[in-house]
Amino acid sequence: MADSQLVAQIKEKFADVEVDAEQRLVVSPDQLPGLMKELRDTFGFDFLSNLTAVDYPEYFEVVYHPCRIRDAAMVTVKTRADKKRPRVPSVCGLWGAANWQEREVYDLFGIVFEGHPDLRRIFLEDDFPGHPLRKSFPLAEQREYVGG
Amino acid sequence: MQPRLETEEVIVNLGPQHPSTHGVFRMILRLEHEVITEAIPVVGYLHRGLEKLAEVRTYTQIIPYTDRLDYLAAMLNNLGYVQAVEKLAGIEVPERAEYIRVICAELSRIASHLLFVATFAMDVGAITGFMYPFRDRERVLDLLEMVSGSRLTVSYMRVGGVAEDLPEEFLPALKKFLDDLPACIDEYNGLITGNEIFQARTKYVGRLDPQVAINYGISGPVLRASGVYYDLRKLRPYGIYDRFDFEVPLGKNGDCFDRFVVRIKEIEQSARIIRQAVEQLPEGPVMGKVPKVLRPPKGAEVYHEIEGAKGVLGYYLVSDGSNRPYRMHVRAPSFINLGLINEMVRGWKVADVIAILGSIDICLGEVDR
Repeated sequence: MADSQLVAQIKEKFADVEVDAEQRLVVSPDQLPGLMKELRDTFGFDFLSNLTAVDYPEYFEVVYHPCRIRDAAMVTVKTRADKKRPRVPSVCGLWGAANWQEREVYDLFGIVFEGHPDLRRIFLEDDFPGHPLRKSFPLAEQREYVGG
Repeated sequence: MQPRLETEEVIVNLGPQHPSTHGVFRMILRLEHEVITEAIPVVGYLHRGLEKLAEVRTYTQIIPYTDRLDYLAAMLNNLGYVQAVEKLAGIEVPERAEYIRVICAELSRIASHLLFVATFAMDVGAITGFMYPFRDRERVLDLLEMVSGSRLTVSYMRVGGVAEDLPEEFLPALKKFLDDLPACIDEYNGLITGNEIFQARTKYVGRLDPQVAINYGISGPVLRASGVYYDLRKLRPYGIYDRFDFEVPLGKNGDCFDRFVVRIKEIEQSARIIRQAVEQLPEGPVMGKVPKVLRPPKGAEVYHEIEGAKGVLGYYLVSDGSNRPYRMHVRAPSFINLGLINEMVRGWKVADVIAILGSIDICLGEVDR
């Protein structure tokens, strides 16, 4: 989706950023805020369209899709969080759009976004046990019935 | 002795069973006199875990679930999803199916916007104004029922095309509807848009600054009402949208009134697209070559966005090589558009909250997923 020229420019500034075959950027969590700020301020990605996560066997992956209003260009940025203690810096300070979306990921995956102003569950009740979108969370038919 | 009058903060609970919240949305309002000092939105009452459910269903089985996202514009949800799967698995869609998709998707947009026009009029107190758009929306739903057998939960689109070709009676009925539509819109404009009370309730109410809107990821008619030109049908055309001639209506003030007017104008533009699609509609098959069991390549992932009725509708799919997605995420426009509600209603009066919330046009099926 993102054009290779743009990705090459980003790569020039951030040597540690990995670029995969489909021009997606993979960055470590501590480098994420710097890269995102650069994307927003220098490259004009003013619209954080999507933010979500995927539970892979070895790590959690948080996926960002920043866009540009003027030409609808889009880049994919990914960062990986540890399985046991998943923590990723929040991008709320850059895009307000991240606020609810990070809360959603926190609610359903249990990934903590450091620096988020109001990290509470958003869909489920506060005392809900576990995080349903984790692969380890069983579906209803696999769960034991505990009701009265 | 005179009783002392003190200012006291009052907390009012709005919803989740309040008709003006358009579903099961709840807001806790802190009031000073009649003015909102803070609105705490509470969502999740309709959370069904759709994304989790998708992980144990095949790619085709998920299509009916997408109907239940924004159930007021189900065709658009179908479209976004099947296009994402087609991208993931590299499937071609026949020309005729592409055109039928555009016709149905734009009809869905019209239905959604008509419902908005109706309910928004009622939100600000115009009960009669509610009846006319609803009457006409029923005709759109009849058209959708002709092609799919269902008014709302259509499940009409398939990976690789659409379920069935258009029935014989569809095109004449569609033509009649499109011919009647301008007169219907004149009626809404006469009855609602031009109404003095309606304008007093909506003009300059809940103004949304374009920069703030962009920062908060607001999209669709709400963003365009603030004057931001962002319509994926134009900027990042998907399917065959680059073949049609249409305009993107923009607002100036970003107030409730502009959000209303932009949607009415979008109905006209959608009708314009449908007319062109009907004119160009080619003959041929409506289903492409699709393997019996759909297994996208292992490790493939795709994020596909379309311009939904409420804003940018995105689907993120990850394949593990099996016949079920490893992960499906829906970027629901209503959910993200709602994220700014506290800032939008703060400083306004209780009655304006209803107007502002109504003007965002949320669908809780999509907010909560």
